[in-house]
Amino acid sequence: MPRIKTPRKLSGMPFIKGFRPYGPEIDKLATAIMLHFEEYEAFKLCDYEGHNHHDAAKLMQVSRPTFTRIYAAARNKIATAFAEGRSIEIEGGSVYFDSNWFQCIFCGSYFNQPDPELPMTHCPLCGSQEVQSIEAEELNTLPNTK
Amino acid sequence: MKVAIASQGNTLEHNIDIQFGHCAFFVLYDKLTGALEISSNPFRDLSEQAGLQAIKWLAAKDVKTMIAGDFGPKIQALSDQLRMQLIILRKQDMSIQQVINLLKNQ
Repeated sequence: MPRIKTPRKLSGMPFIKGFRPYGPEIDKLATAIMLHFEEYEAFKLCDYEGHNHHDAAKLMQVSRPTFTRIYAAARNKIATAFAEGRSIEIEGGSVYFDSNWFQCIFCGSYFNQPDPELPMTHCPLCGSQEVQSIEAEELNTLPNTK
Repeated sequence: MKVAIASQGNTLEHNIDIQFGHCAFFVLYDKLTGALEISSNPFRDLSEQAGLQAIKWLAAKDVKTMIAGDFGPKIQALSDQLRMQLIILRKQDMSIQQVINLLKNQ
Protein backbone atom coordinates (compact mmCIF):
# COMPACT_ATOMS: atom_id res chain seq x y z
CA MET A 1 0.00 0.00 0.00
CA PRO A 2 1.48 3.40 -0.92
CA ARG A 3 2.19 5.91 1.76
CA ILE A 4 -0.59 8.44 2.37
CA LYS A 5 0.22 11.91 1.07
CA THR A 6 0.89 14.67 3.54
CA PRO A 7 -1.78 17.29 3.05
CA ARG A 8 -0.42 20.51 1.57
CA LYS A 9 -1.29 23.87 3.02
CA LEU A 10 -2.81 26.48 0.71
CA SER A 11 -2.93 30.21 1.33
CA GLY A 12 -6.28 30.41 -0.42
CA MET A 13 -8.49 28.94 -3.09
CA PRO A 14 -7.88 29.98 -6.71
CA PHE A 15 -10.70 32.27 -7.80
CA ILE A 16 -10.97 30.58 -11.20
CA LYS A 17 -12.08 27.05 -11.97
CA GLY A 18 -9.82 26.50 -14.97
CA PHE A 19 -8.77 27.59 -18.46
CA ARG A 20 -10.05 26.81 -21.95
CA PRO A 21 -8.13 27.16 -25.21
CA TYR A 22 -9.70 28.97 -28.17
CA GLY A 23 -9.16 28.82 -31.91
CA PRO A 24 -10.74 27.11 -34.92
CA GLU A 25 -8.89 23.83 -34.76
CA ILE A 26 -9.12 22.80 -31.15
CA ASP A 27 -10.54 19.41 -30.38
CA LYS A 28 -13.58 20.14 -28.23
CA LEU A 29 -13.80 16.51 -27.14
CA ALA A 30 -10.27 16.30 -25.75
CA THR A 31 -10.34 15.58 -22.04
CA ALA A 32 -9.34 18.37 -19.72
CA ILE A 33 -6.12 18.31 -17.73
CA MET A 34 -6.71 18.11 -13.98
CA LEU A 35 -4.41 20.55 -12.28
CA HIS A 36 -4.51 19.85 -8.54
CA PHE A 37 -4.90 22.68 -6.08
CA GLU A 38 -1.45 22.03 -4.64
CA GLU A 39 0.07 22.22 -8.13
CA TYR A 40 -1.66 25.51 -8.76
CA GLU A 41 -0.33 26.80 -5.44
CA ALA A 42 3.21 25.60 -6.15
CA PHE A 43 3.20 27.21 -9.59
CA LYS A 44 1.84 30.45 -8.17
CA LEU A 45 4.30 30.62 -5.28
CA CYS A 46 7.33 30.06 -7.51
CA ASP A 47 6.56 31.77 -10.78
CA TYR A 48 4.13 34.50 -9.75
CA GLU A 49 5.22 35.42 -6.23
CA GLY A 50 8.88 34.64 -6.86
CA HIS A 51 9.64 32.35 -3.92
CA ASN A 52 12.40 29.79 -4.24
CA HIS A 53 11.57 26.12 -3.68
CA HIS A 54 12.93 26.16 -0.16
CA ASP A 55 10.69 28.98 1.06
CA ALA A 56 7.67 27.81 -0.92
CA ALA A 57 7.98 24.31 0.57
CA LYS A 58 7.83 25.80 4.05
CA LEU A 59 4.73 27.80 3.14
CA MET A 60 2.99 24.65 1.95
CA GLN A 61 4.22 22.56 4.91
CA VAL A 62 5.91 19.91 2.78
CA SER A 63 9.55 18.96 2.32
CA ARG A 64 11.65 20.70 -0.31
CA PRO A 65 11.95 17.58 -2.55
CA THR A 66 8.20 17.02 -2.35
CA PHE A 67 7.61 20.62 -3.30
CA THR A 68 9.89 20.25 -6.31
CA ARG A 69 7.94 17.19 -7.44
CA ILE A 70 4.61 19.03 -7.12
CA TYR A 71 6.06 21.99 -9.01
CA ALA A 72 7.44 19.74 -11.79
CA ALA A 73 4.03 18.06 -12.14
CA ALA A 74 2.37 21.48 -12.37
CA ARG A 75 4.69 22.67 -15.14
CA ASN A 76 4.31 19.39 -17.01
CA LYS A 77 0.53 19.61 -16.91
CA ILE A 78 0.41 23.25 -17.97
CA ALA A 79 2.86 22.57 -20.83
CA THR A 80 0.80 19.57 -21.95
CA ALA A 81 -2.34 21.67 -22.00
CA PHE A 82 -0.61 24.35 -24.07
CA ALA A 83 0.99 21.96 -26.52
CA GLU A 84 -2.03 19.74 -27.06
CA GLY A 85 -4.63 22.50 -26.89
CA ARG A 86 -6.48 20.97 -23.97
CA SER A 87 -8.35 22.79 -21.28
CA ILE A 88 -7.23 22.91 -17.64
CA GLU A 89 -9.47 22.24 -14.68
CA ILE A 90 -8.20 23.18 -11.26
CA GLU A 91 -9.51 20.72 -8.73
CA GLY A 92 -8.66 17.89 -6.36
CA GLY A 93 -5.51 17.11 -4.47
CA SER A 94 -4.75 16.68 -0.83
CA VAL A 95 -4.91 20.17 0.61
CA TYR A 96 -6.09 22.16 3.59
CA PHE A 97 -6.29 25.80 4.56
CA ASP A 98 -4.91 27.54 7.56
CA SER A 99 -7.84 28.84 9.55
CA ASN A 100 -7.92 32.09 11.48
CA TRP A 101 -8.56 32.08 15.22
CA PHE A 102 -10.78 34.41 17.21
CA GLN A 103 -11.75 35.03 20.78
CA CYS A 104 -15.19 36.03 22.01
CA ILE A 105 -14.94 38.78 24.59
CA PHE A 106 -18.43 38.05 25.91
CA CYS A 107 -18.25 34.32 26.69
CA GLY A 108 -14.47 33.91 26.64
CA SER A 109 -14.39 31.06 24.14
CA TYR A 110 -11.79 30.63 21.43
CA PHE A 111 -12.82 29.46 17.98
CA ASN A 112 -11.56 29.26 14.42
CA GLN A 113 -13.08 30.07 11.05
CA PRO A 114 -12.48 27.08 8.78
CA ASP A 115 -13.80 28.76 5.64
CA PRO A 116 -11.36 31.57 4.74
CA GLU A 117 -13.86 33.11 2.35
CA LEU A 118 -16.39 33.98 5.05
CA PRO A 119 -15.82 36.87 7.45
CA MET A 120 -16.18 36.18 11.16
CA THR A 121 -18.83 38.51 12.51
CA HIS A 122 -20.23 36.82 15.59
CA CYS A 123 -19.34 34.19 18.16
CA PRO A 124 -20.59 30.75 17.06
CA LEU A 125 -21.37 29.90 20.68
CA CYS A 126 -23.19 32.85 22.22
CA GLY A 127 -23.83 34.97 19.13
CA SER A 128 -22.06 38.01 20.56
CA GLN A 129 -20.57 40.36 17.98
CA GLU A 130 -17.64 41.28 20.19
CA VAL A 131 -15.03 39.00 18.69
CA GLN A 132 -11.37 39.76 18.25
CA SER A 133 -8.82 38.10 16.02
CA ILE A 134 -5.93 36.31 17.73
CA GLU A 135 -2.74 34.72 16.45
CA ALA A 136 -2.70 30.93 16.27
CA GLU A 137 0.48 30.91 18.38
CA GLU A 138 -1.43 32.43 21.31
CA LEU A 139 -3.45 29.23 21.60
CA ASN A 140 -0.39 27.40 22.89
CA THR A 141 -0.16 29.80 25.81
CA LEU A 142 -3.80 29.87 26.87
CA PRO A 143 -4.43 30.36 30.58
CA ASN A 144 -5.08 26.99 32.13
CA THR A 145 -8.28 26.64 34.10
CA LYS A 146 -7.35 23.48 35.98
CA MET B 1 -25.91 21.74 11.01
CA LYS B 2 -24.82 19.76 14.03
CA VAL B 3 -22.62 20.75 16.94
CA ALA B 4 -20.68 18.13 18.90
CA ILE B 5 -19.94 18.88 22.56
CA ALA B 6 -17.43 16.78 24.50
CA SER B 7 -19.11 15.71 27.73
CA GLN B 8 -17.97 13.99 30.90
CA GLY B 9 -21.20 12.01 31.23
CA ASN B 10 -24.36 10.98 29.47
CA THR B 11 -26.77 13.59 30.84
CA LEU B 12 -27.08 17.30 30.18
CA GLU B 13 -26.18 18.04 33.82
CA HIS B 14 -22.65 16.75 33.33
CA ASN B 15 -19.87 19.21 32.68
CA ILE B 16 -17.99 19.84 29.48
CA ASP B 17 -14.91 17.62 29.08
CA ILE B 18 -11.47 19.19 29.12
CA GLN B 19 -10.20 16.89 26.37
CA PHE B 20 -11.79 16.31 23.01
CA GLY B 21 -10.50 12.96 21.77
CA HIS B 22 -10.66 11.11 25.08
CA CYS B 23 -13.94 12.52 26.35
CA ALA B 24 -16.53 10.08 27.72
CA PHE B 25 -19.55 11.11 25.65
CA PHE B 26 -20.38 13.33 22.69
CA VAL B 27 -23.57 15.35 22.80
CA LEU B 28 -24.72 16.12 19.25
CA TYR B 29 -27.02 19.11 19.04
CA ASP B 30 -28.78 19.96 15.80
CA LYS B 31 -28.99 23.73 15.51
CA LEU B 32 -31.86 23.66 13.02
CA THR B 33 -34.20 21.12 14.58
CA GLY B 34 -33.02 21.28 18.19
CA ALA B 35 -32.60 17.50 18.22
CA LEU B 36 -30.22 16.04 20.77
CA GLU B 37 -28.25 12.84 20.54
CA ILE B 38 -25.92 11.51 23.20
CA SER B 39 -23.52 8.79 22.21
CA SER B 40 -20.52 7.35 23.99
CA ASN B 41 -17.13 8.07 22.46
CA PRO B 42 -15.91 4.84 20.82
CA PHE B 43 -12.33 6.13 20.74
CA ARG B 44 -11.90 7.20 24.36
CA ASP B 45 -9.60 4.30 25.29
CA LEU B 46 -7.25 4.61 22.32
CA SER B 47 -3.76 5.46 23.48
CA GLU B 48 -3.19 7.82 20.58
CA GLN B 49 -5.01 9.45 17.66
CA ALA B 50 -8.32 9.34 19.52
CA GLY B 51 -9.08 12.89 18.45
CA LEU B 52 -8.33 12.23 14.78
CA GLN B 53 -10.57 9.16 14.77
CA ALA B 54 -13.29 11.07 16.60
CA ILE B 55 -13.23 13.93 14.07
CA LYS B 56 -13.64 11.53 11.14
CA TRP B 57 -16.46 9.77 12.97
CA LEU B 58 -18.22 13.06 13.74
CA ALA B 59 -17.70 14.34 10.18
CA ALA B 60 -19.57 11.29 8.90
CA LYS B 61 -22.45 12.31 11.18
CA ASP B 62 -22.63 15.74 9.51
CA VAL B 63 -21.11 17.60 12.45
CA LYS B 64 -19.65 21.00 11.49
CA THR B 65 -18.66 22.45 14.87
CA MET B 66 -16.95 20.86 17.85
CA ILE B 67 -16.82 22.23 21.40
CA ALA B 68 -14.42 20.99 24.08
CA GLY B 69 -12.21 22.33 26.83
CA ASP B 70 -9.14 21.67 24.76
CA PHE B 71 -8.03 20.00 21.55
CA GLY B 72 -4.87 18.04 20.91
CA PRO B 73 -2.05 19.33 18.71
CA LYS B 74 -2.89 17.10 15.73
CA ILE B 75 -6.50 18.20 15.46
CA GLN B 76 -6.28 21.49 13.66
CA ALA B 77 -4.77 20.31 10.37
CA LEU B 78 -7.49 17.70 9.95
CA SER B 79 -10.33 19.96 11.03
CA ASP B 80 -9.15 22.62 8.58
CA GLN B 81 -9.02 19.98 5.88
CA LEU B 82 -12.59 18.88 6.62
CA ARG B 83 -13.70 22.50 7.11
CA MET B 84 -14.92 21.92 10.62
CA GLN B 85 -14.98 24.56 13.30
CA LEU B 86 -13.34 24.17 16.70
CA ILE B 87 -14.52 26.04 19.77
CA ILE B 88 -12.28 25.99 22.84
CA LEU B 89 -14.31 26.66 25.96
CA ARG B 90 -12.06 27.03 28.97
CA LYS B 91 -14.83 26.72 31.54
CA GLN B 92 -14.85 23.33 33.14
CA ASP B 93 -17.68 24.14 35.52
CA MET B 94 -20.09 24.70 32.63
CA SER B 95 -22.71 22.00 32.11
CA ILE B 96 -23.78 20.73 28.71
CA GLN B 97 -27.20 22.30 29.30
CA GLN B 98 -25.61 25.74 29.75
CA VAL B 99 -23.64 25.33 26.53
CA ILE B 100 -26.78 24.35 24.63
CA ASN B 101 -28.64 27.31 26.12
CA LEU B 102 -25.90 29.58 24.77
CA LEU B 103 -26.26 28.01 21.33
CA LYS B 104 -30.06 28.40 21.46
CA ASN B 105 -29.98 32.05 22.44
CA GLN B 106 -28.01 33.24 19.42
